[in-house]
Amino acid sequence: MTTTDIPRPADVGSKGSISKKRPRKVATGGLRQAVSATALLWFMAFLYGFPVLWFVLSSFKPASDLFSYPLTLVPHNPTLSGFKAAWDSANFSQYFINTALVCVITTILTVGVSCCTGYALAKYDNRWLKAFFICILATTMLPGEVMLAPEFLVVRNLGLYNSFAGIILPAVLTATGCFMFRQFFLTVPDELVEAARIDGAKELSIFLRIMVPLSRPIMLTLAILSFQWRWNDYIWPLLMLNDPNKFTVQIGIQSIVGAQNINWSVLLGASVISMIPLIAIFLVFQKYVMGADINAGLKD
Amino acid sequence: MTKRASVVSVSSPSPPRRRSKYTLAPLVLIAANVVLFSLFFVWPAVIGLLYSFTNYTGVGAFQWIGLDNYHNLFGDSTFYDALTRTLLYTVLFVPLNFVVSLLAANLVVSKHAKGGSVARVVFFIPWLLSPIVVGVLWRWMFGENFGLVNYVIEKFGGDAVPWQSNADLSLLVVVMAAAWAWTGFTMLLFIAAIKNVPVSYYEAASLDGAGPWRQFFSITLPSIAPTSFIVILLNTINAMKEYPVFVALNNGGPGTSNNLLVQYIYETGFKRGQIGYASAASFVLMLILMAVAIIQLIVNRRVENR
Repeated sequence: MTTTDIPRPADVGSKGSISKKRPRKVATGGLRQAVSATALLWFMAFLYGFPVLWFVLSSFKPASDLFSYPLTLVPHNPTLSGFKAAWDSANFSQYFINTALVCVITTILTVGVSCCTGYALAKYDNRWLKAFFICILATTMLPGEVMLAPEFLVVRNLGLYNSFAGIILPAVLTATGCFMFRQFFLTVPDELVEAARIDGAKELSIFLRIMVPLSRPIMLTLAILSFQWRWNDYIWPLLMLNDPNKFTVQIGIQSIVGAQNINWSVLLGASVISMIPLIAIFLVFQKYVMGADINAGLKD
Repeated sequence: MTKRASVVSVSSPSPPRRRSKYTLAPLVLIAANVVLFSLFFVWPAVIGLLYSFTNYTGVGAFQWIGLDNYHNLFGDSTFYDALTRTLLYTVLFVPLNFVVSLLAANLVVSKHAKGGSVARVVFFIPWLLSPIVVGVLWRWMFGENFGLVNYVIEKFGGDAVPWQSNADLSLLVVVMAAAWAWTGFTMLLFIAAIKNVPVSYYEAASLDGAGPWRQFFSITLPSIAPTSFIVILLNTINAMKEYPVFVALNNGGPGTSNNLLVQYIYETGFKRGQIGYASAASFVLMLILMAVAIIQLIVNRRVENR
């Protein structure tokens, strides 16, 4: 894995190899191939897209129509009542605000800490830095789920139980984030740092004034990823929080599923509302997500 | 600029060694991460290991009981069921996700298939959904009495399939749901790898008359082997620690037949307060994950050095 694989959104897909944008003239006899490949592609896309479509369209049906046969794809009497019921029920709007708050703070901290660490790992050459790099590697071997119980005790001993800090702080440490920044800073020529040093710049101001602005695309990519991880997180907030006013969206949805009789109208509404922020972010910043070589660090 | 460059090269014949004189700056830069690493990784890992040899309940005093927890675990049929169910889930999920993701990646980059960039977004969207929502969505699709899938099956004259009340079918639905949700991510890894295969290989193969299947098996597959190993490794680890999709889809049901390892750890540790025992179960899970990672690394290295 070479360092040139780092996300550079501007030239996504411009490797020139198998350009999908401008298909070359299909050779003779390739027509059958083109038809079958396109058909297979769209059959698969249908399989992947249809469940979401069905789910979202169902959420516009009034509760009375949800199970009325024959099932119809497009709601007869589209209504927002499911969304309204979800939003008003059981503090869901509060959950939504809590989740947004946790996600934004965690994301800012994650990007900041990962950027600093990644830069240090890429541009300084100390033995203890290499050791720390191996430590960071180790965290990928031990996923959080393995340490649920002891990590819970540690956070409780720190007095962070039932607080947002208890959700936010453990999540800031991410190997993927450090890797992404390390890989990026490896591609920045050392001469740039040397030149700044000769001009008399201090180490930290080189970092803050030259390197941080350079790494903006990586920051955005990691920010999107981090936001998604935290938005979708379930088990850790579930363990950490016991005050219903602090619950996150995922816990809220799961509590509707866990009820004796599932209120599907509310559940569909709540689920679809919870999807909106991520889908919106994704559609706006698509190129940063699609261009990201997410496992950049894990490959070498 | 050229002048500066020459100055640098004169004054620092060996840049790597010269750089090592900086201590304070890198220390400041990694300080926050070192603190987080010690607090939320080293400390839990150490006390987790210690507690696994005790009968700690989360509060009060505890006794050192040696290997009793580990010994009891393997006599505990609930743990054993959770372990085998987790392994079965992994064995089903990893190959399925591998195949569909690779197929999706190949179709998306194929110059024969039209609309690849739109389809790529469609494949990716399920990955954005939270595991909880994925579970809800598939429960909605595969409901036994009300779900769309059974509706369609009955429409075509079939009998309703017991997706929720048959333990094996219920596991299968989770496998499909998880593969559906993970395809987008895995596909991205494959796309990056496929794009790095030199196009001249394919041109040469075409001239020699190799068809698309032959090209795929003789060029694409061997060229992306390193990525394939990473994909298998990541997917195995993710499958071993799956939990939220199960909770939202069928809550480990019917009954407790599809309880997985993480669910077992959660139940014993937090519902029944047997922290020591749950820690021991965690370390068994960890040993499995490490074994998987080490095997993968060895195989990977062998392939790359070939």
